[in-house]
Amino acid sequence: MSTIDFQTELTAAGANVKSRWGAVRFFVRRYPLGAGGAVIIAMMVFAALFAPYITMYDPLSTNAAASLARPSAAHWLGCDFMGRDLFARIVYGARLSLIVAVCSVTLGCTVGVSIGLLGGYLGGWFDLITQRFLEMMQSLPLLVMAIVMAAALGPSLPNTILAIAFVLVPTVARVIRANVLSLRERPFVEAAKAIGMSERRIAIRHVLPNTLAPLIVLATAQFGSTILIEAALSFLGLGVPEPHPSWGRMLSESAAEYVRTAPWLVIFPGLAISFVVFGINLLGDALRDMLDPRQRS
Amino acid sequence: MVRRFGLMMLTLFGISIIIFVLLRLTPGNIADILFDAGGFVDPVDKKRIEADLGLDKPLPVQYYRWISGLAVGDLGISYQTERPAIQEILPRIPITAKIASLALIISVVLGVPFGVISAVKQNTRLDYILRVVTLSGLSMPSFWLGLLILMGFVHFFGTIPIYSSEPTGFWNTLLMYAVPAAAVGFRSSALLMRLTRSSMLEVMRQDYIRTARSKGASETTINYYHALKNAMLPVVTEIGIEAAFLFGGLIVIETVFNIPGVARFLVEAVRWRDYPMVQNLVMFIAIVVVTVNFIVDMIYAALDPRIKYSD
Repeated sequence: MSTIDFQTELTAAGANVKSRWGAVRFFVRRYPLGAGGAVIIAMMVFAALFAPYITMYDPLSTNAAASLARPSAAHWLGCDFMGRDLFARIVYGARLSLIVAVCSVTLGCTVGVSIGLLGGYLGGWFDLITQRFLEMMQSLPLLVMAIVMAAALGPSLPNTILAIAFVLVPTVARVIRANVLSLRERPFVEAAKAIGMSERRIAIRHVLPNTLAPLIVLATAQFGSTILIEAALSFLGLGVPEPHPSWGRMLSESAAEYVRTAPWLVIFPGLAISFVVFGINLLGDALRDMLDPRQRS
Repeated sequence: MVRRFGLMMLTLFGISIIIFVLLRLTPGNIADILFDAGGFVDPVDKKRIEADLGLDKPLPVQYYRWISGLAVGDLGISYQTERPAIQEILPRIPITAKIASLALIISVVLGVPFGVISAVKQNTRLDYILRVVTLSGLSMPSFWLGLLILMGFVHFFGTIPIYSSEPTGFWNTLLMYAVPAAAVGFRSSALLMRLTRSSMLEVMRQDYIRTARSKGASETTINYYHALKNAMLPVVTEIGIEAAFLFGGLIVIETVFNIPGVARFLVEAVRWRDYPMVQNLVMFIAIVVVTVNFIVDMIYAALDPRIKYSD
């Protein structure tokens, strides 16, 4: 009773859940857009993992002869001012985006879930103080908060991850807390208490697993916003520094000038960001539809 | 109402402490940073500058000096331009305010009607197309959209509407501000559209809609009178929140279009490592956001008779 019963859910919806592939086939049939999103994400992960096998160019090596080269058979998406192959930079950029997104979402969710679980379960002064604090953090726009954090920590890859994780914490903590508050009143918690289970064990073994569904929905959405925040920070020159190939920073390198002279330098990195975030949003919508029955339309 | 106002002041006080503490996480102080640029450090000079800036005082005293200055409009001096910070910030506010209001108008004009249409025509091809467009609007970084708009201008008109000096004339001003506003507003309109759609769908499932239908009201009356009126409540709140949160989009868009507004100034201050200025600007944004939220709460209470803020 303490975990979500996907099997029953799926069987009720008429899926063949005897095999794992049956469940996958059902998801694809029922949420074709969500499945499309999953394919886009898989493509990004593939590019991130196998970057050296996808492109023969090194994203960092410069080549004066190819400075601002147009897209051609040799350089599929053209080259930037320093003659670096844009396709290679975008493929390796997927790696960077993925690292930032996975690390900051994991970090932000871990901290957020801990605060939400403790606050929602313990209540009292700890809950009061953390809730007020998170509320205050939330009254600043995410990007402003991220800029302040990035400014305070200084530009580097770990600091960018830290800054983004920091701004993700309030939403996670508040959603988990609200969820824990309602779960605490449920009969299975009462039953666990009645058989003499310790509070800590109830919180970790029974309440925590039940917050998984909203957490998955939230983490997916945050995955997308993390990529957008990283892009914006790097675009403003406050995110991941050189030489890492960041999609956001590729757009900032005198972009206003390249709009006239080298449009491919503006179009493709932005397309990569939008495409990946679009895929994440598609999957996120399907997951919310599936896991959060209250919002089903 | 008085209680709400007190809560708002408390929130601002809390934010000021968070900002103050965060910006002091940086290793080294402003004197170090100023000398960093010079390369040579004269300990006597450094002591003098630290005393000038009040950096030799304990943190609570520094905080008190900042807040008491803030209350009377004395924000100290910008280290970059060596002019009073307030004189740097004030002239930039109207510029950002114009873009923000235009962006908000664009987002409401696009977002709300399309959201309603999408809900009324649920699961038709039109709804499907609108939803995909919305989702891509939410997936695009707004600075990229801004760059694409610039590219379109280059392609079709051969010029770029980049801000070089204060525009003159009504149409010129409108053009100069409307283009960046559209880039910011598109994302908010996508958010508003999604919310309007789900709010409409929620309302359309309610009993009173069935009652209206059973007493023989026409579909048009039901959709655009009964449902729309009730669906607008959460949308109004969202518009208010968006109004305050436009800052995120404004920061990048003002950078793309080279507009000397308050939002871009924050990025410049961070680049110059002018931390007192960053502190003031973030506090300014916080004040705007919290005030807007307060106003939205009041409007909400006025619109929904079920909610009363009693003292």
